Amino acid sequence: MKETRDSIADIWGERQPYFGEWSVRIDERISEEPDKWVHSACVLCSNGCGLEIGVKDNKIVGVRGRANSPVSQGRLGPKGLHSWVANNSDDRLTKPLIRRNGKLEEATWDEAMNLIVQKSKDIVEQHTSSAIGFYTTGQLFLEEYYALGILGKAGLGTPHMDGNTRLCTATAAAALKLSFGSDGQPGSYTDLDVTEAILHVGHNIASQQTVLWMRILDRLAGPNPPKIVVIDPRETFTAKKATVHLAPRAGTNVPVLNGLLNLIIQAGQIDKEFIQAHTNGFEELKKIVSKWTPEKVEELSGIPAQKLRAAAEILGSCNTLVTTALQGVYQSMQATEAAVQINNLHLIRGLIGREGCGIYQMNGQPSAQNTRECGADGDLPGFRNWGNPEHINELARLWNVDPTIIPHWAPPTHAMQIFRYCHQGSIKMLWISCTNPAVSMPNLSATRKILEKEDLFVVVQDAFMTETAKRADVVLPAAIWGEKTGCFTNVDRTVHLSLKAVNPPGEAKSDFDIFLDYSNRMGFQDKDGAPLIKWKTPEEAFEGWKECSRGRPCDYSGMSYQKLQEKGDIQWPCNEKYPEGTHHLYTDGVFNTSVDYCETYGHDMVTGAAITPEDYKAHDPKGKAIIRAADYRPPHEVPDAQYPLWLTTGRVVYHFHTRTKTGRSKELQEAAPDAFVQINEADAAKYGITEGEMVRVESRRGHVEAPAQIGDIEPGLIFIPFHYGYWDDSERTRAANELTIAEWDAVSKQPHFKYAAVRMHKADSTMGRIGDVTAKVVENIKEKLSL
Amino acid sequence: MHVATYIGMVHSAEMQLSKALKMVAVKHIDEPDTEHVCKLLASWSEQHEQGLLPFIEKYSEDRSSPEPKRLQSLFKETRTGSMGMLRDLHDLWLLTQEVSICWKVILQAARGLRDKELESACQEFQAQTERQALWMLTRIKQAAPQTLLVA
Repeated sequence: MKETRDSIADIWGERQPYFGEWSVRIDERISEEPDKWVHSACVLCSNGCGLEIGVKDNKIVGVRGRANSPVSQGRLGPKGLHSWVANNSDDRLTKPLIRRNGKLEEATWDEAMNLIVQKSKDIVEQHTSSAIGFYTTGQLFLEEYYALGILGKAGLGTPHMDGNTRLCTATAAAALKLSFGSDGQPGSYTDLDVTEAILHVGHNIASQQTVLWMRILDRLAGPNPPKIVVIDPRETFTAKKATVHLAPRAGTNVPVLNGLLNLIIQAGQIDKEFIQAHTNGFEELKKIVSKWTPEKVEELSGIPAQKLRAAAEILGSCNTLVTTALQGVYQSMQATEAAVQINNLHLIRGLIGREGCGIYQMNGQPSAQNTRECGADGDLPGFRNWGNPEHINELARLWNVDPTIIPHWAPPTHAMQIFRYCHQGSIKMLWISCTNPAVSMPNLSATRKILEKEDLFVVVQDAFMTETAKRADVVLPAAIWGEKTGCFTNVDRTVHLSLKAVNPPGEAKSDFDIFLDYSNRMGFQDKDGAPLIKWKTPEEAFEGWKECSRGRPCDYSGMSYQKLQEKGDIQWPCNEKYPEGTHHLYTDGVFNTSVDYCETYGHDMVTGAAITPEDYKAHDPKGKAIIRAADYRPPHEVPDAQYPLWLTTGRVVYHFHTRTKTGRSKELQEAAPDAFVQINEADAAKYGITEGEMVRVESRRGHVEAPAQIGDIEPGLIFIPFHYGYWDDSERTRAANELTIAEWDAVSKQPHFKYAAVRMHKADSTMGRIGDVTAKVVENIKEKLSL
Repeated sequence: MHVATYIGMVHSAEMQLSKALKMVAVKHIDEPDTEHVCKLLASWSEQHEQGLLPFIEKYSEDRSSPEPKRLQSLFKETRTGSMGMLRDLHDLWLLTQEVSICWKVILQAARGLRDKELESACQEFQAQTERQALWMLTRIKQAAPQTLLVA
């Protein structure tokens, strides 16, 4: 293996201090010299670093960064440099499988697709299309989501479509919609090159977006380094570099952010003119946050008052500010409310719509933005508003279908509700593409039971035999990145083209081809009897998507495959007005909130109730941003005598999701081979636990066993990474989501992975053995009562 | 003066609503979103009951008249599953309408009495009752097609 740097030992590589321009550094890792390099970008996080795929004899032999990628300037992180080996893995799925007599057996594509089509038709005839659901991902390409969105919404006409983006970035979308009228990140990554200050909220950027963190590290190594404020309960890589690190107790994001807003308002560090001209709702915010004095925040969150003041001093005095948020906000109690307070910080200070001022309500996955844009999740294509009949008519005209086929009588069903309907039996067929709910959903024992239900027909489309695929009725072998062509869009709206470099293994097909095949076999038609989906290639689908996005905030109409390949990556909107794309949204202070244009009429942030069109019209913000205040509500499950500790879950730098790819790279797997239970030194002493010792953690829903890792975490809190399931080790119960709570944010419907009450003890202690026996007895009783 | 009559009516209705919300929270515990929102909305009704106390002291309350027939029929049957959930949400929504109209009636009286405190209490509580109703309506709209067509 030839590599330009050892990204396992030195995650971020050498510094290239920033002097007026972020330099190019081409990171490369190849197993042998390629015959050719193929244009693509990395899919191992949401950053979207431009790269080229090295190919020799129809085999991927490596990757190297692309210099014409403004996102990364040639750099690649450890996951990107290593995970391509998964494409060549021996255990790829190469043939369709059908469950016969309880066992998955090889079948032809005709047999598998005909079975799915027959099932679909039977179910629609007996129960309507509302008995069919789709659960997709944040890792397919734009063209694939758009195909799925059309066949689901205008072919079948089912309201039950969502993605695993519900688990990861639904709150980002919800918060952007509530504050600015539509999804879409206001800022650009280039803001990091010039900003005076950076705020990371619940976002361990150093681990999650390693290349974006390199950009910050390079600023820190140069002149005029930015000041960094980090809000995170753990002493993460990111927190270690902070000017001020605030470590709040679980569930206290809203009080902490309210406390910061209050100090800034009290100090008069607000942009009154901007507030007056471009926002609604400031007075209510001022009223609500006024009671969150530093002392009161300290009492609840444990953050010392003087530290909060120090953070507010930075955030209140900087002339430019970049804020990022991720799962520490989105997967916590009051997720949307906290994410909206971040938007409020920028609004009241007027730090938006110009260079150096960015809000990144981050995504976790490479194409989560596209799931949201293209209508493959609980949103409509082109950020259209399901409550606005004219938006539905636009889609109907575009697809040449009757508007009534498109479900819009209520919000599209979110993932957690889809699984609930499966559990109840009213969804009878669930089609899962490119995601692994058997490890990633909360409360796994319940999820597994749903997937194993006799009366639920489960289709799984994947590249590997995942924990979910094992429970499917039909498994469709899918081509992955490098084996198919398509576009995807990162957090700062940068669109990449990823070209097919090699053929997929065996009979595996691209998700695009599978969806089109299904649509054709189902005989979905438009009003004139022509096929509903008329394209044959991803490029034709992209042209179709350009029309769908035209005139909407995510306007792709000025792009083409050729332009993306020749010029490199482009930020939407890209149209006649902005042929080169757009760095910043809202440069004129006009937001997407007008009643006819907005993506949503909004929600009551506390209850999640949908605001009626009439009510929204009555207070039409007409392009002003909406400042929404939030007060504190305690988490629904808190530590008690029985379960005295907090659990939080998350990620490690070397793995992505359920490790379907990263776990197949020898180096990444060796760097982070197993789950662990991270605890504070004081808790370790209290429980008599030493480093590396096997620990058992129990919640009201299940238990996990993993070795202890001591330090860099607040007392009373336990951290377990969620990556580790059972496909490569089924000996031990180790998936963090055995413990988590199946409940979700009222607005974004994102589950609360970041808190649960748990107890802990040594695995081989008497308590551990009693726990084992008790769990088995309870499980037996439950089974007998068929709970 | 019949202000006491309506104060009694709104008091009873709020109590019935908070009780019903708590019952639904427990009964449909398998619907995770419903449990916590119902508990929260119940606490709002309890706050309204508390907020009513000074006005009961001021105007007294008359709870002698029997519960209106329209309320007696609510939550009388044992209902389970998706249809039970929908019917329970339906009854909750009807209850909020009773509460809401009571507050509107008292609001008018408060204006006639030039009682600023009662006026603002009525406005605040009525607005919060509308938020309760809006949540129920949102949830009903989501559940109705699935329940009637498939479940």
